Amino acid sequence: MSIQTIEDTKVKAFPSPDKPAEVIAFTAKARRRFDPVVIAGKLASALVPPAIVIALMLVVWQIACSSPTASLPPPSQVWNEAYDLIAHPFFDNGPQDIGLAWRVLISLQRVAIGFGLAAIVGVALGALVGQSVWAMRGLDPVFQILRTVPPLAWLPLSLAAFRDSSPSAIFVIFITSIWPVIINTAVGVRNIPEDYRNVSRILRLNQFEFFLKIMVPAAAPYIFTGLRIGIGLSWLAIVAAEMLTGGVGIGFFIWDAWNSSRLPDIIVALAYIGVTGFCLDRLVAAVGAIVTRGTTAK
Amino acid sequence: MTAYLKLDHIDKSFARGGQVSEVLRDIRLTIEKGEFVSIIGHSGCGKSTLLNLIAGLTKVSAGAVLLEDKEVDSPGPERAVVFQNHSLLPWLTVYDNINLAVSKVLGSTKTKAERHDWIMRNLDLVQMAHARDKRPAEISGGMKQRVGIARALAMEPKILLLDEPFGALDALTRAHLQDAVMDIHSRLGSTTIMITHDVDEAVLLSDRIVMMTNGPAATIGEVLAVPLARPRRRVELSSDRTFLRCREAVLKFLYERHRFVEAAE
Repeated sequence: MSIQTIEDTKVKAFPSPDKPAEVIAFTAKARRRFDPVVIAGKLASALVPPAIVIALMLVVWQIACSSPTASLPPPSQVWNEAYDLIAHPFFDNGPQDIGLAWRVLISLQRVAIGFGLAAIVGVALGALVGQSVWAMRGLDPVFQILRTVPPLAWLPLSLAAFRDSSPSAIFVIFITSIWPVIINTAVGVRNIPEDYRNVSRILRLNQFEFFLKIMVPAAAPYIFTGLRIGIGLSWLAIVAAEMLTGGVGIGFFIWDAWNSSRLPDIIVALAYIGVTGFCLDRLVAAVGAIVTRGTTAK
Repeated sequence: MTAYLKLDHIDKSFARGGQVSEVLRDIRLTIEKGEFVSIIGHSGCGKSTLLNLIAGLTKVSAGAVLLEDKEVDSPGPERAVVFQNHSLLPWLTVYDNINLAVSKVLGSTKTKAERHDWIMRNLDLVQMAHARDKRPAEISGGMKQRVGIARALAMEPKILLLDEPFGALDALTRAHLQDAVMDIHSRLGSTTIMITHDVDEAVLLSDRIVMMTNGPAATIGEVLAVPLARPRRRVELSSDRTFLRCREAVLKFLYERHRFVEAAE
């Protein structure tokens, strides 16, 4: 039934193939932008299938958790008990009682600092490892070992070193997300075509100019692959780190809710974390797509 | 006769894992200012290695490359190279590709407006001004090679080095670009060295043709002067006796005296 609906909108969405040859690029673009049928069709084909799946999951969940002996709350109970959290993400009732959106923003701030540092240091180290054979021989084994250390294993050490929870959480994000950035950048730099290097040698570009004008744009697709993996890892790490370091982030909220047995709150927080992680991933991917527009097309 | 570029007893060998393979032996050649010289030989004879030595991208094992009596041992913009596969940077537009070279090489001597005029002059020279805002992926192979030539010319090189510049192009595009190169050479009088494996192309474009023997340890087998008046027109030349004689001489060298032995590799 629902699949039938999608098929119908799709059929409507395609422009009639009567006179495609006469449409010049400009008008085609203008027409596409203002054609509500096409936009609605595209939206429907993107939104309807996941909506159906989510609806089905909610139904199964409701049925599975409806019995009085169920250990987890069904969606209806989540909706009733955590309604404040769902409907008012931006409320602010004092230092420890704030909306989930604020908590996510505080966590995002930590991620921005930790991941930003990891991106800068990671690209620089990756460039070094990709460029110099000796740096690679020396550093690569160390990186390969350190990158397998789980994020939380770094936490006691960083707590001891920084003696404060906030920089420790940032350090954990940094150390978790830097490895894919380093490794992918190094691969990208190693794959720069010899011709580009020759061009820069003939122009006598210095190291800095070569880095900015040849290396970074040429390795950009690889760098963004690394950044995308890195931001995913850093979002994983922040939640875990905040559970232990405290504060007002979304990770600590879950820990706090668990300690006061507010399971519905945890479920809402999970949804927030998932959606935010998804948005972060898409954001980096979108920036990458814009930046590497020219590089990937040969 | 003053030597503008002098290749003085050049040897080149590569060492790979304890094994030394001699590629070039005792290359001696002098080139005058404004001359168009082609280097022709079978594949694997070290033509490209020789060009890289002149460009400074590879170092000589013995001997020296002298440009205006100064030794060349590193690459530089006064010996601009047009690469076989154009090697334009794909993330820059046509204009920016040339601008990268111009602002690096002429940034200290020319103002921004002068540099812009200079870039557009060079794009006009290769008839590519219309595509200034296109990226390399959006233009054809022949057009990319034109931009590559414009980029090399924009560096104001003393010597223009062409490394099989038309090798990857179809025959018609190749003919167009050969005409463009001849036209540029007659207008600018730029000293040019071109690597090629196309006999007609060598005879059509060159003042002298340097014929290489087969490797390993290849050297210059013969140098042929092409006494054809310029401007040269390919249609008229196709029945010209001097043209045919030169062509025959090169063909005889390549296919009778120095046949390429495939099994050598």
